[in-house]
Amino acid sequence: MNPTSSTVHSRLDLDPDTIAACRAAASDIADDVDRFVRERTTVAVERTITRFLGVDDADEDGTPLPNRLVDTLVDAGRLGDGITTPLVNAMRSLDRSAADVARAVTAGEVDLFTLPELPAHDIRDTAERLTNDAIATIRQTRNTRAERIARSTTHPDPLLYVIVATGNIYEDAVQARTAAIQGADIIAVIRSTGQSLIDYVPYGPTTEGFGGTYATQANFRIVREALDDVGEQLGRYIMLCNYCSGLCMPEIAAMGALERLDMMLNDALYGVLFRDINMQRTLIDQYFSRMINGLAGVILNTGEDNYLTTDDAVEATHTVLTSQFINEQLAFRCGVPPEQLGLGHAMEMDPTLENGFLLELAQAQLVREVFPHHRLKYMPPTRYMTGNILRGLAQDTLFNIIGAWTRQGVQLLGMHTEAMHTPHIADRHIALENAQVVMNNLRDIGDEVVFRPGGLIQKRAQDTLARTAELLEDIRRDGLFDALGRGTFAGVRRLPNAGRGLAGVASRSPDYYNPLETALRRALHLDG
Amino acid sequence: MTIHGRTGATPPDLTSVRPYGDTLDDGIMQLSFSLPVPFGDEAREAARRLLLAMGLEDPQIYHAADLGDGYTFVIVYARTRATIDFTSIEVAKVAAPQRSKKEIEALVAERVGRDIVVLGACTGTDAHTVGIDAIMNMKGFDGDKGLEAYRGVAAWNLGAQVPNEELVARAIELDADVLLVSQIVTQKDVHKVNLTELVELLEAEGLRERLLIAAGGPRIGHELALELGFDAGFGPGTRAVQVASWMVDELIARGLVERTPHGRRSS
Repeated sequence: MNPTSSTVHSRLDLDPDTIAACRAAASDIADDVDRFVRERTTVAVERTITRFLGVDDADEDGTPLPNRLVDTLVDAGRLGDGITTPLVNAMRSLDRSAADVARAVTAGEVDLFTLPELPAHDIRDTAERLTNDAIATIRQTRNTRAERIARSTTHPDPLLYVIVATGNIYEDAVQARTAAIQGADIIAVIRSTGQSLIDYVPYGPTTEGFGGTYATQANFRIVREALDDVGEQLGRYIMLCNYCSGLCMPEIAAMGALERLDMMLNDALYGVLFRDINMQRTLIDQYFSRMINGLAGVILNTGEDNYLTTDDAVEATHTVLTSQFINEQLAFRCGVPPEQLGLGHAMEMDPTLENGFLLELAQAQLVREVFPHHRLKYMPPTRYMTGNILRGLAQDTLFNIIGAWTRQGVQLLGMHTEAMHTPHIADRHIALENAQVVMNNLRDIGDEVVFRPGGLIQKRAQDTLARTAELLEDIRRDGLFDALGRGTFAGVRRLPNAGRGLAGVASRSPDYYNPLETALRRALHLDG
Repeated sequence: MTIHGRTGATPPDLTSVRPYGDTLDDGIMQLSFSLPVPFGDEAREAARRLLLAMGLEDPQIYHAADLGDGYTFVIVYARTRATIDFTSIEVAKVAAPQRSKKEIEALVAERVGRDIVVLGACTGTDAHTVGIDAIMNMKGFDGDKGLEAYRGVAAWNLGAQVPNEELVARAIELDADVLLVSQIVTQKDVHKVNLTELVELLEAEGLRERLLIAAGGPRIGHELALELGFDAGFGPGTRAVQVASWMVDELIARGLVERTPHGRRSS
């Protein structure tokens, strides 16, 4: 797939052949990952299947039943076979639902691996019927969103995105509603710090979190209902965003598909680099989670913006573009179309840098032109936010100017209180007002003002693109795992057998059975 | 202390200092806050009375905005009559002379004669490494090299979300001289819990007196760090060179230069 349209004139005078070469290299890199992933599964992938089959709930210690079930699979040394066959076998043998089987297994009343084995075709009939029900549910949720958006009023891009992060889901819902009233289009509920490293999804509504609120299915539902309610009053569909990243990528994607989240952070590379999650584990998890996002119509967001919080924001912009090319191809292989691809990038240069605005503008326009149909997510200054809220507001204003000028898809609004506290209710108001003033005043500036041919902005963008092409060739030669081992991205080095979660990976046995993946592939028009 | 830049104007009375808006001792302050009440005249009046209840005078509600769903934001100016005796103020500060990187390296070579082993980490669930990276990593921040770049310093940046137990285990394994702990997330005082736990673990292992521990972050001050049982606290804007100067001084002053391994390696 090559979404670059030759009819679009490049304001940066970019060489289309270089862009095509970048895509070709990234495509090979993604194929490499694709081959690796298809031969493996993980505990998180198998837990996701149990959720779609109807397993929910947690035991008295708070351990979710999907974990309890898949733990028995791991204990039996049979993770490589997948959970579907033993689970459906138990459902058929005992004539009980998946949820009942899970409770019985948890109570020690049933052992999945000592029950008589029914004929394979019996199991497959039932498994495929349940899987088709799950696919139908995802499709129905997607249709509900489409109907609501069709009734909704819109405004020109970028969409305005703000976060809530109180730690208490009910307080989050209050702040989400006020943000929507103030003009936000997208509300992201930030997760409690540390959730990405726990190998289960907490259960039920939560009111205690640090720097954010736990992602649970009940919490998703609470904020979804609040936003639907306020959206009806406003005549606008308010999007809800949460995070798939971490050790539970596909499970959270499943919860998002069921509870009609509209946007989800979904980036294995982010987990590898910034959370030290094992790269094998998370790339396998990502694959399944992106297929679910893809079918659910969820816009996925990638986290390349973060590279510039640790690496040099002037020197390392080509690593952002490189990673975006790779992430695009990885997403295409999961059936995610460009319109659902929120590739991330950021304005993170030192605000005292002379002509820094011009360099940032060049980068934002470069990403816009390379990914013309994508719902790009532009991230605000964080690294040089200081507690001087008035200078911070100036930085955020410059950021908003670039977002308007280069027509980003999503503008994650900067908070002048960044680096101080999670946003106060009035911080979002100030940020939204700032964005509305800037964006309205500059609406068509990108069409009216051209960049000087051969000037600083054009040259900067062309140079970054050329460096990106070189780096992609290197990674094509050595592979993505090697690139991560060298510290190519974010200046962080990670090794294939290090990091969290590797124990939850298994090679697929000849008996591996995952009808959900097969159904997702069919629904997404992916090859077998 | 002399006050510059007020030639011909009345000097402030440093025993009785008040905010300066546009004239000495006018006591004017700017405030902004939100109230959980519906926007309107009553909300403005509520804000005004709140300021009066705080002891502020002449509150001017210059801006009020409807945040929706029964919340109101205000921007206010008001006067205070409160004063502060500036001459009586003493603040706990990390006492280390300003030195350059070269001077510190020379001091280590001369007085320590071996590498100082420094471990840096964001502990607990904290995932924000910008601060610890600026102090530890080669590149440092804004032209000030990090500890990895120092001759005579063996710097290990353990990164984000390091459990306290793991930090202590690594400290034993690597015979650490100094632990630097970064804490950004402070919601519900999680940083205090986390830092206290580290001190307790070190005490339990019998290591507390054998190494230096310092905390850093936007909400960390020297005084708070001392209260929590740390040796130093470094607030926002701290440079690697300040941390380096402190730790060398302190290791020498405490006689921690001569050392025996912490245990595990020798046993």
